[in-house]
Amino acid sequence: MTDEDLKQAVKDAISGIAPEAGFDALDPDDGLREQLDLDSMDFLNVVIALHEALGVDIPEVDYPRLFTMNGAVAYLKARLAA
Amino acid sequence: MPQLGADMAAGTLTEWLKHPGDTVRRGDIVAVVETEKGAIEVEVYDDGVIDRLMVEPGTRVPVGTVLATLRGDGEAPEAPKESPEAAPPKPVVPPPRRTMPRPTAEGERARISPAAARLAAEKGVDIHRLAGTGPHGAIRIADIEAAIAAPTPVAAEAESPAAAMRRAIAAAMGRSKREIPHYYLSTTIDMGRALAWLAAANEKRPVTERMLYGVLLIKAVAKALADFPELNGFWQDGRFQPAEAVHIGWAISLRGGGLVAPALHDAGRQDFDSLMASLRDLVKRARAFRLRSSEIGGPTITVTSLGEQGVESVFGVIYPPQVALVGFGRIVERPWVVDGKVAPRPLIQASLAADHRASDGHRGGLFLATLDRLLQEPDSL
Repeated sequence: MTDEDLKQAVKDAISGIAPEAGFDALDPDDGLREQLDLDSMDFLNVVIALHEALGVDIPEVDYPRLFTMNGAVAYLKARLAA
Repeated sequence: MPQLGADMAAGTLTEWLKHPGDTVRRGDIVAVVETEKGAIEVEVYDDGVIDRLMVEPGTRVPVGTVLATLRGDGEAPEAPKESPEAAPPKPVVPPPRRTMPRPTAEGERARISPAAARLAAEKGVDIHRLAGTGPHGAIRIADIEAAIAAPTPVAAEAESPAAAMRRAIAAAMGRSKREIPHYYLSTTIDMGRALAWLAAANEKRPVTERMLYGVLLIKAVAKALADFPELNGFWQDGRFQPAEAVHIGWAISLRGGGLVAPALHDAGRQDFDSLMASLRDLVKRARAFRLRSSEIGGPTITVTSLGEQGVESVFGVIYPPQVALVGFGRIVERPWVVDGKVAPRPLIQASLAADHRASDGHRGGLFLATLDRLLQEPDSL
């Protein structure tokens, strides 16, 4: 999967939980939760959606690595390659 | 029509999900009603067979109106009566396809009879919001009288869901601050043990079964309340009426504004797995505006966790007729003294807003101390 594919997967996962989330003005190195107003329940649901879409297991200790768009793409890429 | 919130006077039946002859069990969803809190699924409180539906979809009826009749499994259906008594209850507001209010363009003079104009001025009725039934739409005395008799302005129905929810919140919170003598207490709780317990538990769980620390807070509040019945119940008819079970109203903020606090039933008796499943389901349905009547009307106390993104403490406004609200801020890592040594610990501010008519600060303080103690022993929650 390319970085663009992974980025799209993250967007899809978020859109499933917060349909109104806009990504145009998103800073890829800033917090996703703060920018898109996701609470802990939303974030858990995003992790579940990514798990279901990509088949990767994401342990709770790794959650902080998914806090930004660029972080999430890099993390998912590494997990898929492993 | 169930009362779904202290200030609800009427609701609109939007859809029947069951029909005459259908067998229903207690808890089945039979209808959907539109209220200021969005669409609410109405549950049935008895087993039986739907006999007759008394209210047509699209009709707005006052709280307490019979929506449908049930009969026991063996009973014969009631013979249809032709008498006027058998006619469906008269709706408070006519069905939707009535004349909509026609705002008068600026400068245009409303057609109104002088007597009606006098009456309108006397009673403070805004004639520009009325649709006249006289010749050429002229407003007559009867129209003014109807406007006075209508419990809510007709214009209210045309407002957006967000505006309706804002109005419901305004009514409930206004009443709370007018009627309830709040007192407020807060304490700092070390969440180190609870979070370590949670991390260890989640490590063994697949992602779909992981828990949020919110369930620990909910369970601890529910358990602590067992010893403080004066915080769990309702102030009604000039006295405190304790509730028999603890149904935690969990405050959920909605995208686009507003909030609801539906019930997690018997929270103290649910195990963590079922509580977490209930919480996920509740948040999902609250945000999709698909809550059930027992969840809206059910809470005996409210818990709000505003932490998430920012604030360290929250002092709530009690949702009447409840008598208490427990608030949690954000978990922050701060220096804390443990066994005589300063150490970084994850701390949370727990607050209690309570109705001084029902309880006193001394007991409220003991409640927060109990909550703290329970959160230090997550294993026994």
